[in-house]
Amino acid sequence: MSRERLIRRYGAAERINHWIVAVCFVLLALSGLALFYPAFFWLTGVFGTPQLARIVHPFVGVVMFLGFFRQFFRYWHHNFITRDDIRWMTSVKTVLLGGEVGDTGKYNGGQKGMFWLMTGCMLVLVISGIVIWRPYFAPAFPIPVIRVALLLHAWTALILIAGIIVHVYAALWVKGTMRAMIEGVVSEAWARKHHPRWYREKMQEAGHTEGGAPARQGKP
Amino acid sequence: MSLQSQDILRRSASPTQPPIAREHKVEVAKLIDVTTCIGCKACQVACSEWNDLRDEVGENVGVYDNPADLTAQSWTVMRYSEVEENGKLEWLIRKDGCMHCAEPGCLKACPSPGAIIQYANGIVDFQSEHCIGCGYCISGCPFNVPRINAKDNKAYKCTLCSDRVTVGQEPACVKTCPTGAIRFGSKDDMKAYAADRVEELKTRGYAQAGLYDPEGVGGTHVMYVLHHADRPQLYHGLPEKPAISPVVRLWKGFLKPLATVGLAASVLFGFFHYIGVGPNRADETDHEEDKA
Repeated sequence: MSRERLIRRYGAAERINHWIVAVCFVLLALSGLALFYPAFFWLTGVFGTPQLARIVHPFVGVVMFLGFFRQFFRYWHHNFITRDDIRWMTSVKTVLLGGEVGDTGKYNGGQKGMFWLMTGCMLVLVISGIVIWRPYFAPAFPIPVIRVALLLHAWTALILIAGIIVHVYAALWVKGTMRAMIEGVVSEAWARKHHPRWYREKMQEAGHTEGGAPARQGKP
Repeated sequence: MSLQSQDILRRSASPTQPPIAREHKVEVAKLIDVTTCIGCKACQVACSEWNDLRDEVGENVGVYDNPADLTAQSWTVMRYSEVEENGKLEWLIRKDGCMHCAEPGCLKACPSPGAIIQYANGIVDFQSEHCIGCGYCISGCPFNVPRINAKDNKAYKCTLCSDRVTVGQEPACVKTCPTGAIRFGSKDDMKAYAADRVEELKTRGYAQAGLYDPEGVGGTHVMYVLHHADRPQLYHGLPEKPAISPVVRLWKGFLKPLATVGLAASVLFGFFHYIGVGPNRADETDHEEDKA
């Protein structure tokens, strides 16, 4: 255990930022599903009462959007999709069987795709959410516009929920990944296997060449 | 607040059958004969009086319409339209309010169980204590009728005086109408009466006179006799073919089963993938051995 070498992947600010967004997402998804599925109406209870859920949901949505907005500017430059990423996406079968595809950097094709999917969903959700927000903004919009916003809001939220299921599953499936977002570190083996190019960059940054023993990075 | 009711046809956001032991109840209807309405607004006053509503005293905006629009405190308003037909000015006056659709868009859109009820007699009623103030009913309504009260964030509209009808009385507006332009009874009786009125109007030069009971919403429990039934828009934009918006149908219909299948499939796929393929581990020791 003492020999385990770790690489810092996410700083404390990044982790806190991520979990604020994540907690908001869970609250929003549950209360949103409550309004979408009559059989799940009881889930409005996450905010106390149905009326409170209607009142609080949009405010939590704004917090989530601001949190996500901050994350977007942390990570967007890591998420340009390259030819390698396309190859990753088209080799999804290999990936699902536990294989690695390409010389992956900080993020693989799937993670980059998820990043842009989430970004798109967040934008649609915040805009449509404002249009349907009663009593503050909805009265300013014509009813046909509100109808479209309601449809888009539900539709996009469901896509995002499905996306987050994939996101969470991927983190649970690839062992050692949760640690990156909880403790901020990953094992060297994890980095070498899943993100070899990123691993080499980290090693170079730390001033080590192949074969040298890299210093433990980040706080334990 | 809600009375024990065993004659409920539909209940908002409720997947199972509500109590329907008294489904034999006769469908009722209010018939508004626009051609004999004099625009006196007695119905507006009677509505406020019976339902104990107190709208703010507004301002005259230069036309007869007053209040200028439906509000949470004004469940019916007279709409005045000046049109030129057959070379003469016609002053068309329509009493606006909830149409009590057989297929209510408000009820379809409402996410709160029991906040909107459709009784076996056809009345669509808001149960305000269950209303959460989301305004979905406003989006669902093809007639732009429900209004949210700023004080309590709850939606309101005409109840067709469900309390009066329950005890065998006609709605307050019907009771008060001085010309008999508003009638109330079984829907069949009202249609028969309307047919007589339409016949008479046709003999008096209104060849396009007819009954407004739009099929797109399954018919309504508030119907109009119009002189120009071919052009209902003349009457302050009364929709020609009202129906629940296809956008609302998509949202409340098709999207639900699709989403259920999609979400369930992604969760099940994840579960069986984990069971089938097993976790994806990066083993530190493997690598150490490789190097050794």
